[in-house]
Amino acid sequence: MSTSNPTFPLNAWYVAAWDAEVGRTLLARTICNKEMVFYRRLNGTPVALADACWHRLLPLSVGRLEGDEVVCGYHGLKFNDAGRCTHMPSQETLNPSACVHSFPVVERHRFVWVWPGDPSKADPALIPDLGWFDDPAWAGDGRMTEVAADYRLVIDNLMDLTHETYVHASSIGNEALAEAPFEPSHGERTATITRWVLNEEAPAFWAAQLNKPGPVDRWQYIHFLAPATIVLDVGVAPAGTGAPEGDRSEGVSMWVVHIPTPSTEKSCYYFWCHLRNYRVGEQGLTRRIMEAAVGILREDEDVIEAQQRAIDKNPGRDFNNLNIDAGSLWARRRINDMIVKENPQQIPAVSVE
Amino acid sequence: MRNLSVWHEAQVIGIQNITPTVREIHLQPAAMESAQPGSHINVKVMIDDRPDHRSYSVVRQLDNGGLVIAVKQLPDSRGGSRYMWTLEPGARVSVTPAACDFELSYGAPEYLLIAGGIGITPIFAMARALASRGEKVRMLYAARSREELAYAEELRALLDDSVQLFTDADGTHMDIAAEIENLHPKGELYICGPLGLMEAVRGQWRAQGREPAGLHYETFGSSGRHPSGPFTVKVPRLGLEVNVPKDRSILDVLTEAGVEVLSDCRRGECGLCAMDVTSINGEIDHRDVFFSEEQHSENKQLCTCVSRLVSGSIAVDPAWKGDPELRK
Repeated sequence: MSTSNPTFPLNAWYVAAWDAEVGRTLLARTICNKEMVFYRRLNGTPVALADACWHRLLPLSVGRLEGDEVVCGYHGLKFNDAGRCTHMPSQETLNPSACVHSFPVVERHRFVWVWPGDPSKADPALIPDLGWFDDPAWAGDGRMTEVAADYRLVIDNLMDLTHETYVHASSIGNEALAEAPFEPSHGERTATITRWVLNEEAPAFWAAQLNKPGPVDRWQYIHFLAPATIVLDVGVAPAGTGAPEGDRSEGVSMWVVHIPTPSTEKSCYYFWCHLRNYRVGEQGLTRRIMEAAVGILREDEDVIEAQQRAIDKNPGRDFNNLNIDAGSLWARRRINDMIVKENPQQIPAVSVE
Repeated sequence: MRNLSVWHEAQVIGIQNITPTVREIHLQPAAMESAQPGSHINVKVMIDDRPDHRSYSVVRQLDNGGLVIAVKQLPDSRGGSRYMWTLEPGARVSVTPAACDFELSYGAPEYLLIAGGIGITPIFAMARALASRGEKVRMLYAARSREELAYAEELRALLDDSVQLFTDADGTHMDIAAEIENLHPKGELYICGPLGLMEAVRGQWRAQGREPAGLHYETFGSSGRHPSGPFTVKVPRLGLEVNVPKDRSILDVLTEAGVEVLSDCRRGECGLCAMDVTSINGEIDHRDVFFSEEQHSENKQLCTCVSRLVSGSIAVDPAWKGDPELRK
């Protein structure tokens, strides 16, 4: 895999932080190789500025907030929330060139989204619709984990849940899952994998959620939205109660949101959250699911980071693909489409086609 | 933040005169890049067999990634435009990647764009970007004569009644005070044009108590209140007297004469090249934006990269004071 070609588009909305992570302190994050500093204005709305003072490049994130402005921690230059310099030491005027880039930023669905690319193209309507976050019928919580790997390896992992059988054997995986047929499909910006496991025993995690005896029908709809959003529509219902035909009322459902935001070519911020539509008032259950998820995702992260290290040790080698990789290959194609669109003369880092 | 000057080759792929004195030069750089509105490239030029460089705003980007700049032929030029007008299709020049010191912020409730003369180049790019996003924008654009109003037709098509054109020949003038009064309190003003126009706008902006950060401007560092002429600079401490011809700066002439002068931006913004003035026989044409109006009227210092004397002579004191004796 080459790192000289882009592995992510810049003209896209990326989750930079959970809403709760951005406040009246300066938060430094590197999104798509761009160093940014995040904070909230006094009125509560988020700001994202380039995290390097115009003057001598000290990260603004080591400075301090003063009202809606950032004061550089070195010579006291001040920048407003649009990145314009408003104060320079020892002179009566302001240098008209003095500014830092202000990145388009939007708070939506409990996340702070940032647009690292051409600001004129930053249309908030392009933010993925994660409306469950705003819907009282759904409850849940999640975290962010820094993963030392290409964000596309996280996407590969999610686009093929066959791995659950081997990586998560004690919780959500079983033999039946790995052997069940699946159906890949795609659209202009999306890739989808659909899989049903009918009339089989539920794995431990799901058996506990359903808390009903007997075999289950289990579904997995994996929806990828380029460049980095995956939502899983997953659940189980007692076998034969009509879930495959559309009646999930006897079962339990989850929307699991996974967003690995590229930080660099070889690291990402992995945001995830499990939302459920049953026992929504139980904070204890929210906590237990989240703690279970921490353990499950730790298993994924260990595999993905080890995979990245192996890729680095095998320069010039590419993946071999199996039939089960259709989902990840469609997802990578949709990512490549976006990269090609903004770099018409460059070849994206297509590792597999 | 400034990028290091990484020079690469670009080929002239087209030339088009858009007014009698403004010429578009279409460049195909070797490296693909994207140029946001307000960005510029540096081009290596030859002036009287001396290598130098000049900055030109990117007017627009071609579909194939090429960059379009527009160069005005100036009789008073320091030589850059003369060289640029000698370029023919197929010529190769060294350029830097597009960089932006005049960044357009999106999301303001209203925009006022003001362009004077060749200052249209970054402003035209901004007008296109704002219009394509459907932002509320009003534009004022002045030139000497109607035929010197570059891009007037395109602007009409883009902005319709929201663009107003002015020419010296028609005797029409912008009502800057009224325009700023009518601008939304959180609106932003972007201006590029000759010094007189910029000072008038900056003065009004200040007088109306507007936030300084809402006014964005870019200087060319080459225009003043008076035409450029020759004058004399004396450096009594060094027993030196030099003549500054009309197409060279005090900074360049002193440097060539062996006087060490710090400089950075070379367009009157940073203040590094400022020198103490010890006597004046004539009138200083301050062309920088580093000193305040009050500092300009005091005439105690001048920015040697852009400011000039209308005529006559001036004495300056450089930073050289000899090595101090620390242990007497």
